Formats: sequence, structure tokens, C-alpha cells
Amino acid sequence: MLIRRTERQARRGAFSADQTSERGLDRRSFLRRSGLAGGLAGLGALSLGAVRKAKAGPPPPAGAQVTIRKSICTHCSVGCTVTAEVANGVWIGQEPSWDSPINRGSHCAKGAAVRELVSGERRLKYPMKMANGQWTRISWDQAIKEIGDKMLDIRAKSGGDSVYWLGSAKMTNEGSYLFRKLGAFWGTNNTDHQARICHSTTVTGVANTWGYGAMTNSYTDIRNAKTQIIMGGNPAEAHPVSLQHLLEGAELNKANVVVIDPRLTRTAAHATEYVRLRPGTDIPVLYGMMWHIVQNGWEDKEFIKQRVYGFDDLRKEIEKWPPAEVERVSGVPGEQLKRVAQMFATQKPATLIWCMGQTQHTVGTANVRASCIALLLTGNVGAPGTGANIFRGHDNVQGATDVGLDIVTLPFYYGLTEAAWKHWSRVWQVDYDFLLNRFVDKKIMETSGIPLTRWFDAVLLPKDQVAQKDNVRAMFVQGHASNSITRIPESMKGLAKLDLLVVADPHPTTWASLSVEAGRKDGTYLLPAATQFECKGSRVASNRALQWGEQIVKPIFEAKDDLEIMYLVAKKLGFADQMFKNIKVDNNLPEAEDILREMNRGSWSTGYCGQSPERLKSHMAHQADFDMITQRAAGGPNKGDYYGLPWPCWGSPEVKHPGTPLLYNTNLAVMDGGGCFRARFGVERNGVNMLAEGSYPKDSEIKDGYPEFNYAVLKKLGWDGDLTPDELATIQKIGGAKPETVSWSTDLSGGIQRVALKHGCVPYGNAKARMNAFGLPDPIPVHREPIYSPRIDLIAKYPTLPDAKQFRLPNIGFSVQKAAVDKGIAKKFPLIFSSGRLVEYEGGGEETRSNKWLAELQQDMFVEINPADANERGIRDGGWVIVTGAENGSKAKVKALVTERVGKGVVWMPFHFGGWYEGKDLRANYPAGADPIVLGESANTITTYGYDPATGMQEPKVTLCQVQAA
Amino acid sequence: MARMKFLCDADRCIECNACVTACKNENEVPWGINRRRVVTLNDGKPGERSVSMACMHCTDAPCAAVCPVNCFYTTADAVVLHSKDLCIGCGYCFYACPFGAPQYPRVGNFGSRGKMDKCTYCSGGPEADNSPLQYAKYGADRLSQGKLPLCAEMCSTKSLLAGDGDIIAQIYKDRVAQRGYGSGAWGWQTAYRETIAT
Repeated sequence: MLIRRTERQARRGAFSADQTSERGLDRRSFLRRSGLAGGLAGLGALSLGAVRKAKAGPPPPAGAQVTIRKSICTHCSVGCTVTAEVANGVWIGQEPSWDSPINRGSHCAKGAAVRELVSGERRLKYPMKMANGQWTRISWDQAIKEIGDKMLDIRAKSGGDSVYWLGSAKMTNEGSYLFRKLGAFWGTNNTDHQARICHSTTVTGVANTWGYGAMTNSYTDIRNAKTQIIMGGNPAEAHPVSLQHLLEGAELNKANVVVIDPRLTRTAAHATEYVRLRPGTDIPVLYGMMWHIVQNGWEDKEFIKQRVYGFDDLRKEIEKWPPAEVERVSGVPGEQLKRVAQMFATQKPATLIWCMGQTQHTVGTANVRASCIALLLTGNVGAPGTGANIFRGHDNVQGATDVGLDIVTLPFYYGLTEAAWKHWSRVWQVDYDFLLNRFVDKKIMETSGIPLTRWFDAVLLPKDQVAQKDNVRAMFVQGHASNSITRIPESMKGLAKLDLLVVADPHPTTWASLSVEAGRKDGTYLLPAATQFECKGSRVASNRALQWGEQIVKPIFEAKDDLEIMYLVAKKLGFADQMFKNIKVDNNLPEAEDILREMNRGSWSTGYCGQSPERLKSHMAHQADFDMITQRAAGGPNKGDYYGLPWPCWGSPEVKHPGTPLLYNTNLAVMDGGGCFRARFGVERNGVNMLAEGSYPKDSEIKDGYPEFNYAVLKKLGWDGDLTPDELATIQKIGGAKPETVSWSTDLSGGIQRVALKHGCVPYGNAKARMNAFGLPDPIPVHREPIYSPRIDLIAKYPTLPDAKQFRLPNIGFSVQKAAVDKGIAKKFPLIFSSGRLVEYEGGGEETRSNKWLAELQQDMFVEINPADANERGIRDGGWVIVTGAENGSKAKVKALVTERVGKGVVWMPFHFGGWYEGKDLRANYPAGADPIVLGESANTITTYGYDPATGMQEPKVTLCQVQAA
Repeated sequence: MARMKFLCDADRCIECNACVTACKNENEVPWGINRRRVVTLNDGKPGERSVSMACMHCTDAPCAAVCPVNCFYTTADAVVLHSKDLCIGCGYCFYACPFGAPQYPRVGNFGSRGKMDKCTYCSGGPEADNSPLQYAKYGADRLSQGKLPLCAEMCSTKSLLAGDGDIIAQIYKDRVAQRGYGSGAWGWQTAYRETIAT
């Protein structure tokens, strides 16, 4: 009886509402939940004996020395330190990292299982190529030669822009930077990474509001909040260790914890108030809150007067959202919103936390803008316990964004202008003309590239619709999933048409399995990349802190460090000497420390100039010196520094700036980590002063707003005499005939920054934040219905933006929305489809689904469906269903999880699964032995068209579908 | 000597499963055997709560009372351990256990059970402390190194507490006093015949 086989239930199915909720839990449920009843399905019979004899586990072999090495968990942006015990080059155990001021020993399921990643049972073990429809083992030399020859051939015929360089937020910061540099030296801006589909809208929306596109405060600072609003995020599953700070902070402060989300998430289970909204109506809900705030005079009038631009323009938009209209559009009752608005505006400090629930929309940029505006309206920015606490997704996605692994900018947000290229040519010590000649022409060199969300459109669209010399013909993918990108049925056509597909990754990924399914028989290469635990370098957590990770073990099998792969490619393509001019290369492996030093020399704009490898390593070695809440070291060799020197860390390392734990905090002096809103959008507009009025960081010598610093400003203030002769010489050399224009961000001597800091000023100026962000598609956020909306009655009043050309491609969202209405899609596909994250897996999930300790916990792809919708369709909990999508006749076969977690009319799928396509198991498409343990349908098989006009963000959070029992 | 216990603060548990994978990692527990798991009640509904469960190392452990071969023993730290050399895989302890802790690998094709496996409070078994043989049969022995079970040490929200019963009870009491609510020390009455007054 103990081993009776029963139908294994879908995730959490054993405890779903209809079976046990009334009676609570019983023993039988335990039995079903345990591995006894069918949990062995995926792996076949177990070996004999009680516990498998460990080959690589503790205790260490007799006489072996055990060393401790520290790195950073690769599975989200919290930045948990991983402490590894290593013996004889083998990682034998993980210990809690008690000294880390971020995770204090804790991990989530993923972090507590990372050791498995380097045991490598399911890793890609050596380079492979697809030859006549068969995966064939080849050598690294052969792989690099064939790949390089093909790329050079494509370049000769179609230009550099026909090779797409898709990089990764999984790389170290040095790796991400080098990948962008690789794109620049190859001659294209088609270089992108996961931020595009994660927080690109945050970066654009937030930077356009107050200066920088990043979390303003930190995970640990949330402990200071009296009101926490989590809108569009489920950190209990996506950032579990952050909940330590959220929950404990809430307990100590008796704080309000409000979750605004279409799902009653695991985070919402711990909230004091839960607000359910219709997916895609964040802007009406935020305006609904602001309506109550303005109506009751709860806004922070002094803050707005001193530090905010455009309030009058905003007021007009707020007036359009009285409670009745908000409820009609979003479903949220006015009384509840009033309660939340009152908490947010009056029980301060209050913070607004968001994640991909806000960003992954066609209105993503406008969503995050509305969130920033709500913070500005209530004066909840720039102080402890306040702020836009934007939880990013990957361990280094903030860093990869900062280092410009992006289509719109060179490293550190310098943009793509001639001035930006000249700055970087000075830093890289190569001729500007050399870089210019790498591109098809100067115009394309200064034009934003194609977002990764549209790579297959760039392959498939007629040539005349792609605004570059030729279509994309090759994809070089180093560390990015394919199943995390929407519209998989379309991407299948793109896969079939590519001339060359290169995947450098620890796992074959769905690029491999889907490309075989798409019919590719040749021209596909798989290169085994090491995991980050096999590499060293810095990672930037969401709070902008840099942490240096050591190499725990050497790359396993034939895997190579990301940096080495890039070097080999650059060497083959013929520009390694120029690209690695200032970087030491040892046996084909570039030195990570040297890369960071090069970044330090060029990153004045973002304040990455002070974080030398020596300082970062010292922080990791003395973690225990840092306070958990303030993140500051009270003593020790790093006394006064904030942990990880969160950027901006101004000046050269010798200036000893401590880093900036909270952005825009005027309560501290700049040399203590204080700041103000950035002067980025001019000093005056239509007669209105854009600079701050009567607000300035503590101890500033200028007691008012001021523009960004350049040599001319220094002269005007009479501070130019503070520059040393060497600094002045550098400024004059850079400026040539016009040294006045050399600024805090282009002065390679660091003199202008040093002098500004000396006088208590922030190098980037002191301005107002913008409620009206002129220059964006909607300067004041406007509600726009999703492309595929179930509320066709609202589309006429709240249509999406007109079709336009963006990022070299047409964005025909308006036509698609109109066609959907005309064809009555909402009738045929009446359910709203949304997607999100599970705690056990990450991203496209191939790595975590290959980890036996994680895979065991989530063995089935599923769809959450409300009992009312399930009953109408005869769907039973745990049964198979077919989900059909609104485009391409797409369909997916998954298990049903009948739950009230989702509201009626909404279904939800996790986005981590892959390896099935439209009901077919693709296990045979992986190279033998490198298939993940768990496979399943990808949520993005069902997702549809829709792109944010400002960033090219995709729309995986709202589309339409139908579900039927299989 | 200390009286070791587990305590899961259900108001902090977020079902992140760190305790589960930390256990797998530390003890190399094979697929299909779960020494620890997280149970969620009212899943997806208001009032949803999760509790991390494993062997609670009961006072007067019922598993020991029913074992026909007397393979269980209680250490000086009050940790309930068993000998796999003596265990015959009969499954009685599974029925006796109020927490569903005992696990059995399947051996052979006809459903015969292997030797019972369960949480050892990261303190191994009867073999010599930290010997390869002890690790192979029972997993890690952290307690003898002055460390607590890794599941509790790595808990993401400090929900799962391990250590001397009096100390962790005090931590829990202080928490409840501070925040003003607490759903109680889950399983304590059953396992330890006492509860924590808050």
C-alpha cells in the first residue's frame, strides 16, 4: 500500500482547494506529496541502498585540504553570497554565508542547490555541431574556425549588422562589458541581453524621470518602510531572500504590506491588504490612488515645489480617473484604493516595489513612469524606507544594463552619438576611425539596434522593412534562453531561415531543441560555456552594489570561461589585438581584473569609476564589518564604505567615495553617499526652471539647484584653480579647441568630479525630477488597452499607439489590435493569459530544470485556472488541457491547476518550461545526455504580438487564450 | 545537554523550498526521497500558510515504540536516529509517525521497500562521526562539528528554526510579542507534548 502508484498531481494539486482545504491536511495527502507515490517517473528506478554513495559530497577525502571560496548566487538579483567548501578541486559542500550583510546565511531553493550546477550530469560537455541532422562532437578549434569563417562571409555579403550578438545577464559584469565591446569592434549595435525582456522599460522610464534607471534604495533598506506596496511582483517566489527583509521589517515596524496583483500570490499571502486588478490596468489603478491623494490634499507640496517638474500637467490626467472610471476599467473598488492611497501618502516612509508585472507590457515604460510619479507626488523618494525598489531578475542584469550590453547605448549610458564613440575610443585607446570603419556607415553606427524580442522579425520581414543593409542572418547567443521570448511559433520560422546559429551556454537550451524541430540540419553550433561558479569577476545586485565572486572550481568537461570564448572569437575575427590592447590575456583567458580597471577608467557617467578590483575584493573578505541595515562598515579596512560600493561611486578609487546606498538622498553629504535628482534634461523649459529650488545635498556649497559640471561651469564658479596641472592637461587634450565642453562624464582625469565633490556637489548637477517626461511617446502616462484585450468596449477610448517604425523595424501594434477587434478574437479566446515565475526555476529554466534537486520539486508544466472557468469547461484539477492562443493557431498541452489564486477570466502559466512544442516532447532533439530532467510546454508558445514603443519590450503578461480539456 | 527541536514560524514561511534543497545538497539525498518538505494549506486562498516539515525528533518517539527490530535510539541531544543495519524496511514507523517523516527507497520490481531514511537533524547515525561510511548511509554530521541542520541555517526568511528547544521557543515568543500575532508552534504538542505560550 505504501508504494501504490497514484496519478501524480500537478503542482500543488494535492492540496488544492477542492480536496483538502476544509479538512486541512491529512496523512494521505502527505503520502501523495512524497516521492513514494510516483515521484520516480522521470528517472526510472533508483539505485539500491539507502542513500546514494556520494562521489563529490562531504566529507572530504582523507588528507585533503578544504578551502572556502565565496561567489554570488546566479539565480536572482538579491546578491546572496554563496560559500563553497572545495577539496581537491571539487566543490564538496555549501555553508551558510553568515557574514553577508545581504543574505545573512539564507538562500532559497535555487541558492541552496547551486552546487549541483558544477556536478554537471546534464551539462553540455563539449562543442557540438549539427551535421546532416545529427549532433556531432567537434573540437573547440574546429568550432571557432567554422563559426568565424561563416560570420566573415556573412559580413562580406550583408554587413556586420546581419550578425546578432545576444549576450547575457548571467555573465559577470566584466563578461557583459566585453560582450558589448565585442559587438562594437565587430561593428554593430545589435547587441542585447535579458534586460530587454525584463526591466528595459524600468530603465527607460525611471531614468527619464530622475536620472538613472535603477533601484533607488535597496533590499535591506525596505526594513525602514512603514508602508510597502508591491505592485506587479511576486518576490516570495522570484526573490525569496528579499522577503526576509520585507517580512522582518514589516513585523518590527508593524508596517502596511499591500500587494496589488492579478494573482493572490505567495507574497500576497503575507500581505495586510490584497488588491486584485485586471491584468494590464496598472496605470488606471495608480491614477486612481493619485486621484484620492490629490482630492484629499495628501500630496507632499514642499517636495513637489522644490524637486518636481510638471505637476500641473499631471493633475489634468489624474482628473480623468475618478473612482467609478477606475473601477470600470480595472475592477478595483474605490474605497479600497482610497485606503491604500492614504497609507501610501500618509503612513510614511512608503516604498513602491515592482517587478515584471509592471514592466512586461506594451505600456511598460508608461507603467513604471506612473509608479515613479506616485512616489514623487507623495515625496517618497530619496530617503530611507522610501523609493522605487525595483527588483531585477538576474544576478547581473543591473550590471549588464549599466555596461551597455544593449542596443541603444555604449557602456554606461553614453548613447551612440559621435561624442560617445569618441569617448570610448579614447578609453579603449583605438582610433575613432578604426571603429567607424568597422560599421557599414556612420549613420548605422549611431542608430539603435534591433531589440532581441524581434530577432526573428529581423530575420523574416521583407528586406525593405528592416532598416539596415540586410536581414539578420546569424545569431550568436551566449547565455540567453529562446523560450523566454514571446511568439515562439513565429520564432520557429526564424530559426529555420537563419544561416548560422551559435549557442554558447552551459546547457544546449531550447535554441537547440526548437531549432531541430524547426528543421535545421546544418549550421548550428553548441559551445559549452562555464557557469559563473567556474569564473571570477564582479556582479551587480539590484541595489547597485558590486560583489566580487571567486572562481570556485575550474570549468568542467570542455567548458570555457565566457571571457575566453569571447577572446577566441575576437581573435578569429581579426580584431583581438585592438580589443584587448589594455587587457592582459593569459593562455587565451582575459584577466577579469584588467577588464574592470578599463571599465573604471571610462565609466564616469554612472560612477563605476571608484570600484577597483582591490576595493571589491576587500569588501568580500571583510563582509562581517558591514551593518545589515545601513550597509556601512563601522570599522576595519573598509571603514566608511557602503557594502559593494553601490554606484554611483564617484571619482577614481583614490578619492575613496563610499558608494551611494540610496539614490537622490539629500539628507547626506555627497561624500557620505548623498545626492539629488540628476540635471539631465536641460536647465529650463518654456520658462520653467528645471533645476531644484532650495533643495540640495547636505553640506553642499551651492545652496540651490545647479546644472551638470563641465570645465566651463568650474571656471564660472572660480573652482577651476582646484584642478591639478595633470588634470587640466588631460581636459585640454580631450577638449582640443573647446575644453569648456569637457564634462564630469568625459573627463578621463576625474578632475572635474574630484573638484565638484570637494565642494559638496554632485557631478551630474541638481535638478527636478520629471512628472512630465517630454520626449517619451506618452510624456504623461496614458492608459492604453493591451493589444489583445478582453474589453473591446474600452479599446476605442484607450487604444494603443499608432503603428510606427522603431528600432529599425515596423511596430504594427495598432493594426494588430484593430484586426483582433474586427475578427472577434475576444469571443473566441475569452480568457486573459498571463505568465510569471516559480521559486524553483529561473528564466527559460533549462539550467534549473537540469538540476535534480530543483527538478524534483516541479515536474509538470501547468496552467492555473479559476474553478468557475474550469467547471464551465469540464476541466478537473490535475487533468490535461489544451491551451490555444490568439495567433498562429498556437496550442500547448499542459496540466490544469484549478485554483482561486487567479480570478475568474484569467489563466496563468509559469514561463520556465521548454522542450515540448505544441504537445510534442522534444527530448530527442537535445544532444544525448544534455537534456534537462524536466521538460514541458513553453508559455511563450501562446503569447502574442505587442511591443513597448520606447524599448521594444514584449507583452507576455496580457494576451488572450482559450482552454479546453484534453 | 541541549534538547534539540525544530520550530517552523508559519507566518514567515513562504514555501521557497530552500530547506528542501539544502537538505538534498548537504546529505546527497536521492530523487524520490524527501527528508524535508514544505506543506501548504489553503493554497491560493486567503489565509494560505506553509509549514516546513521533517522528522520532529519527538519526545517518546512513536516510531521507536512500534519498531519491531528496535533500530531507533535517541541521542543525548534528544535527536532520534536509527540504524540502517538493523532496519528491515517494514514500514511500521511510517504508520506510527504523525508527521509522515519516514521514507523508503523502492528496491526491486515488486514494491519491496529498502531501508528507512529520514531526517537525522544533520547528525548522521551510529557510525563514527564524519566517517565516509556514516555519510554514505546517513548523510552529513553537522551537529558534531557544532553546526545546526543546514535546512534551518539556510532558511530564506528565518522561519525554520533549529537548536535548543528553550532558545528557539524564546526567539519565537519574542517575535510574536513584537509583531502581535503568531499561529503557534506547529506540531509541538504532538511531538514534544508541550506548546509555546505566547
